[in-house]
Amino acid sequence: MAMLELDGVDVHYGGIHALRGVSLKVEAGEVVTLIGANGAGKTTTLRAISGLVRPTKGKVRFDGKDLTGVPAHQIVASGLVHAPEGRGIFSNMTVEENLDLGAFLRHDKTAVAKDREHALTLFPRLRERLAQNAGTLSGGEQQMLAIARALLSRPRLLLLDEPSLGLAPQIVATIFKIVRTIAAEGTTILLVEQNAHMALGVASRAYVLEVGEIVLQGPAAQLAKDDKIRKAYLGIHD
Amino acid sequence: MSDRAGKTLSERVGALRPNPVVNTGLSLAPFVVAFALAMVVDTVVGPLVGATWTEILLDVGIAILLAGSLNVVNGYAGQFSLGHAGFMLLGGYAAAWLTFYGSMKFFGTWEPVGGFLGSGQLLFLGGCMLGGLVAAVFGVVVGLPSLRLRGDYLAIVTLGFGEIARVLGQITARQPKNVEQVAERSWWDLADNLGGAEGFSQIPNYTRLFFVYLFVFILLILAYRLKYSSKGRALLAVRENEIAAEAMGIDTTRAKVSAFVMSAFFAGIGGALYAHRVGVLKPTELGFQKSIDLVIIVVIGGMGSITGVVLGAAILVILPELFREFSEYRMIAYALALVAVMLLRPQGIMGVKELWETSWWRKGVARLRGGKRGGA
Repeated sequence: MAMLELDGVDVHYGGIHALRGVSLKVEAGEVVTLIGANGAGKTTTLRAISGLVRPTKGKVRFDGKDLTGVPAHQIVASGLVHAPEGRGIFSNMTVEENLDLGAFLRHDKTAVAKDREHALTLFPRLRERLAQNAGTLSGGEQQMLAIARALLSRPRLLLLDEPSLGLAPQIVATIFKIVRTIAAEGTTILLVEQNAHMALGVASRAYVLEVGEIVLQGPAAQLAKDDKIRKAYLGIHD
Repeated sequence: MSDRAGKTLSERVGALRPNPVVNTGLSLAPFVVAFALAMVVDTVVGPLVGATWTEILLDVGIAILLAGSLNVVNGYAGQFSLGHAGFMLLGGYAAAWLTFYGSMKFFGTWEPVGGFLGSGQLLFLGGCMLGGLVAAVFGVVVGLPSLRLRGDYLAIVTLGFGEIARVLGQITARQPKNVEQVAERSWWDLADNLGGAEGFSQIPNYTRLFFVYLFVFILLILAYRLKYSSKGRALLAVRENEIAAEAMGIDTTRAKVSAFVMSAFFAGIGGALYAHRVGVLKPTELGFQKSIDLVIIVVIGGMGSITGVVLGAAILVILPELFREFSEYRMIAYALALVAVMLLRPQGIMGVKELWETSWWRKGVARLRGGKRGGA
């Protein structure tokens, strides 16, 4: 049984048909990426999984349990954690308060302290800025905070929405290195990216989304060699 | 850093939790402390400042209660409510109904009876609680449908609610004013006799410093505790970024609705105190304009700051009093003062911070401590 399974999911925003029959699977321990252009429906797919929007058709299953109709805050409690796009941090709160909110549902103080320590080891930059307002962080640091905060919710499946968005290549490389570490430590990851090159580098399998539909899927290494992908998403013409 | 004081306090409180005796003591503590402080205001501060300032302090207290309760919704949770006067009106009606008809039935007069915490004042306290509860019930009715959605629905719905409350108040039936008429009718039968457009009058004048500041201190202590609790953090998170708050596992609907209901409860009590101070409850006085006045206090004081709202309420009540000698120009001066504050401090006087969290307060404290050490 797959850890996460989407079965023919449709999402409508008013009259706009944003997702059409999206089906995908994520096995425990995998890093799977969902790539596609702007407006293809990548973020919508993640939101449909984490309960932030309701699918109009189809099923989302996590550990075999149907998530349709389960409110977002209960989905988090089951170990499916979404690090929203555009960093989605609480900018008028300090870095420390942001991290505390990541552990909002947890009451095991010693375990939280341990996880917090671990997150700060992964992102040493955040440790220097604990007392600073999150809004004053650089773009890269805000992204780090969003991931660190999501880790404090103790995810078994982490949904990462465009961690590379608007960041300098060097910082993107740092963040992807940490994503690899998180995956190596046993967290399953579903990564949404426009930066197909980086995404295909960390993922084992990939799905390609175009105008609300999955048009291609397969092992990441194989997709990276696919002519269409190379032209459309990797900007390589030969 | 800015919340160190609060955190260590809540940690200290948290460490005491397992003991059931301490636990009950802690939940009762706000009420005991509020009672003691209210006694001090009533017996020491009141006589000290004299009659005129006692009147002003009553108005300030009621304004703190109303704006302070609005602050929980508009400030902490960042949800814009524009119908706070509606809850005030409902609370006022419920309390006036209980005390006026109660006085007529039990005491045979509408005038206040009994001494401190005597039968009359207990009836009045009952009226305040009833006012709070009625307002809270309507808080659920208004809040549940509109707060389940993200966005500005609450502003629109509360705006409508305030107007509906006012209009319904205006079309209520005449108020029977002699003892026999009241005696022969049942409580339930009198529920519609709220005075209509002329207003509910002859409301016994029970509001005094003690009652106003009892509820003010209860609200302030509860609001302070809430702000530094995990529920309060959840509200601030909702205000900052609702989607991210949901992604953290916060039940945003529940958080917003409970804040709204708490806010409505205290607005109802504020309305009850107001009614028993003025003696006449006119629906036209508690319309949209009143709701806006309350929003202004919160904005001027600083959205989310408890001390800010206290300052804002005090300033906005006292300022027009000070300008009284300029008679017709005073509203202009008041408006200019508002504009000046917004230009100089768009985040309000305090922003989200509390008095003891500001840098100049800390510097002052540090200097005092340094001075002491130097002297010793």
